[in-house]
Amino acid sequence: MAISEKDIVWVEEPSIGLWEAMYLPAIAGGLATTIRHVFQKPVTEEYPEVKPVLPLNYRGVHRLNRDEQGRVKCVACMLCATACPAHCIDIIGAPTPWEDRDKYPVKFEIDELRCIYCGMCEEACPVDAIELTSIFDLTGLSRQEMIFDKDKLLSVYDKTVQGGKDPARTTRGVLGPASENLVPAERMAWPIDELPSSQVNS
Amino acid sequence: MITVWAVKIGVVLGMILTSCAYLIYIERKLAAYMQDRIGPNRVGPFGLLQPLADGIKFLLKEDVVPRHCDRFLFYMAPSLAIMTTMLAFAVVPFGPTSTDPDEWQFVIAPGVDVGMVFIFAVGSLAVYSIILGGWASNNKYSMLGALRSSAQVISYEIPLGTSILGVVLLAGSLNLEDIIQFQASNGFLHWNLWTQPLAALIFATSALAESNRLPFDLPECEQELIGGYHTEYSAMKFAMFFLGEYTHVITISFLMSVLFLGGWHFPWIAEVGSHYNGVGAVKCGVLAAKVFAIIIFIMLIRWTIPRFRFDQLMSLAWQGLVPLSFFNLAFVMFAKQFNWPVWVLTVASLALLVGASALNGMRLQRRLRVGSVSSPALGKI
Repeated sequence: MAISEKDIVWVEEPSIGLWEAMYLPAIAGGLATTIRHVFQKPVTEEYPEVKPVLPLNYRGVHRLNRDEQGRVKCVACMLCATACPAHCIDIIGAPTPWEDRDKYPVKFEIDELRCIYCGMCEEACPVDAIELTSIFDLTGLSRQEMIFDKDKLLSVYDKTVQGGKDPARTTRGVLGPASENLVPAERMAWPIDELPSSQVNS
Repeated sequence: MITVWAVKIGVVLGMILTSCAYLIYIERKLAAYMQDRIGPNRVGPFGLLQPLADGIKFLLKEDVVPRHCDRFLFYMAPSLAIMTTMLAFAVVPFGPTSTDPDEWQFVIAPGVDVGMVFIFAVGSLAVYSIILGGWASNNKYSMLGALRSSAQVISYEIPLGTSILGVVLLAGSLNLEDIIQFQASNGFLHWNLWTQPLAALIFATSALAESNRLPFDLPECEQELIGGYHTEYSAMKFAMFFLGEYTHVITISFLMSVLFLGGWHFPWIAEVGSHYNGVGAVKCGVLAAKVFAIIIFIMLIRWTIPRFRFDQLMSLAWQGLVPLSFFNLAFVMFAKQFNWPVWVLTVASLALLVGASALNGMRLQRRLRVGSVSSPALGKI
């Protein structure tokens, strides 16, 4: 759309008087600004000694959550791998040895170098098993080292869950059905028997 | 006698080099504070050992000499840079001096009657180091930087020289010690800063340009020229350029305080007639404090005014400072000839400044009017 004539505001340059043409007052004003900054508190964060305060929803390195018995929470539904735009999640599922769920991942690998840290896996997960932590300074000496397997992702959970900075979060207010047995059926958002027919069919 | 001189020269050289190193530290720290940063704080407490670490780094770094350069000139340039600025310091008094040769003289070469001329002669040689460095590097950026530098230094030498001629006329001597003596014996209100404010302003501006400091650091402006004339220099040779430049800053600060701020003179503390134990040290301290204040001022200016464009630089020198300094000189000559009181000079200086500003304002206004014709809305008016 072309800009119409009435939307244009012509601004005239301010006229230059004797005061401005002398330059010196402007220089003095600039010096005053400079000197004022000398006495201001520096904004520098001394990083390795002082860690930055990150918001709670910061998206850093992933972790695999454990359930209350210490088992991996993931049910190998592949939703995160499907949602991942960078295709950095590689899951191989298998029938569980446990009673309360059907599948669990025997292999769960995330390529941290390939990941774009968008957080879609966290959003897709129905059991809140995968979460992004506030660890941002991830380094490694080889590419192989940066491909995190299941044990490493679980160890990230062990490392971060006690820190207080990364509490287990649920994005939807309620946990998925397979996640918590403690949630009574009537308080579930979508009780399994009453799923809308469109979702069951699709 | 010769040993005394040698020791004096050694001590002064050592002082200059150390203060250069620590001035660089102060500049980095101050620049950081001005930009709300912290600055060097890793080496030693508050980063105080940073200059030492820098020195070690400069000495141990690989000294790269490009294959296509003129080796002789390439080596000569940094040595010239440091030699000229150090030589200029020979006649600069850094404390009280006297005509009695038996007394301790706070200057390396006492009683040089052509002191000012010597400083300017030697100081002008510094541009050789820049041109040689730029030429010998066989690098287009270096060459451009060197060319800019030569044009700039030659242009600004004229207002620099002319601005101090008024001071020289007033004191009736080219000897720096006499100029201090003249200001000190006449008292605080006869500091040349008060009688020659315009000259002081012109001198400060031109001196900044002479020493290639911001806002006149076009010879080495990084955005356009990578490093300027010292692009190809590394390790100690680069450090020598750097030291030369910093010594130049110290020298012009000394000159500024000697010529315009009364040297070691300060009312009540350090007068001509004051006699008490350690008066020499106090006078040295006063001069050092003035020099330090000027250096801090130069550092503040550095982070306040953006760099000039090259044509602005040239027009400032030729259209602004050169005519102003000539007018100022003419006023001093009239005042001397007809024995006008000194305050006339102050008034004349300020009047010149205001007049020049008015002319400048009219010029800028005209340019504004010419420029605004191109905008359609204003064209309708």
